[in-house]
Amino acid sequence: MINALVVMGGLSLFLGLVLGFAAVRFKVEASPLVDKIDAILPQTQCGQCGYPGCRPYAEAIARGEADINQCPPGGEEGVRKLAELLGVEPKPLNAAHGVAKPKSVAVIDEKLCIGCTLCIQACPVDAIVGAAKQMHTVIASECTGCELCVPACPVDCIRMVPVQEDITTWKWKYPVIPLKAA
Amino acid sequence: METYLLILVSTVFVNNIVLVKILGLCPFMGVSKKLEPAIGMGLATTFVLTLASGASYLINEYLLGSELFYLRTLSFIVVIAAVVQFTEMFLHKMFPLLYQVLGIYLPLITTNCAVLGIPLLNVQARHDFVESLFFGLGGALGFSMILIVFAAMRERLEGADVPAPFRGTAIAMVTAGFMSLAFMGFSGLVK
Repeated sequence: MINALVVMGGLSLFLGLVLGFAAVRFKVEASPLVDKIDAILPQTQCGQCGYPGCRPYAEAIARGEADINQCPPGGEEGVRKLAELLGVEPKPLNAAHGVAKPKSVAVIDEKLCIGCTLCIQACPVDAIVGAAKQMHTVIASECTGCELCVPACPVDCIRMVPVQEDITTWKWKYPVIPLKAA
Repeated sequence: METYLLILVSTVFVNNIVLVKILGLCPFMGVSKKLEPAIGMGLATTFVLTLASGASYLINEYLLGSELFYLRTLSFIVVIAAVVQFTEMFLHKMFPLLYQVLGIYLPLITTNCAVLGIPLLNVQARHDFVESLFFGLGGALGFSMILIVFAAMRERLEGADVPAPFRGTAIAMVTAGFMSLAFMGFSGLVK
């Protein structure tokens, strides 16, 4: 009886000490808020929020300068996640920054492309390959669908094509109740 | 060496912890909806289960002995909980990337009955220290394999034309049953 008590008590005490020591030894500083916000943003770098990219927008949210509903590519789901992270009420997307569209990629009509490289300069993620006077093309897997290259093209040879759902792009659907303005 | 190889084959295929021993069904059903979490859960379980079988062997052999055998379950639970906690803290500090992948699955493992089941089976089978480690590793590999295979199947089932009454958990249960039947085919291959 005494034996059992001593063994169990000793074991618990020992493990408690080890864990207590580990808690001090392996202490981790809380990760900064900007990283967490940036992880939720869609990384399209489209600038529709009014900031030069996703990271600057994340910094602005963290500083309290920007609202959480300025990111159309993130859609309502993105707003919802941001609201959950920041502990505020979710709100509908601000229409001034654009509306949510299905995920799409840019496609260059290669017969019309004159090789001006303007779209290459506009692309924030370097998803367009090509050289001066040579035909350009879009790397579909790198394209974030930000549409920044569309107005840049002088011959209007870039179209946005929605991504079709297939076995490689299919994602689990969340049950979504649309957000309404309060 | 042959013994250890046999233990691995036996635990992964013949006496698979999920499909044949029917342990750890909660994460098997719960974390198998998508492939990535299933891989994360499998990795985390492998890590903890191997450590836990080693630790509980040492506890059983050197602390409890034959006298205090009735403290086995109790002390194993305490040790497993401590190992999981320690692993979580260690990973968080040393391998932040791995921690991000395994993150939320680590604490869940504390309540995975396979993690308690394997050390207890170890004691029953009178394994020595290295055999215990291999038994734990094999059990965990078997668990991860089944979890990943099952998650891949469920992802594809989601796109399949399943009759309405069978959708969701029902078809998952039926699939699990078929998988279990298939694994029964290995019985008798090794002890």
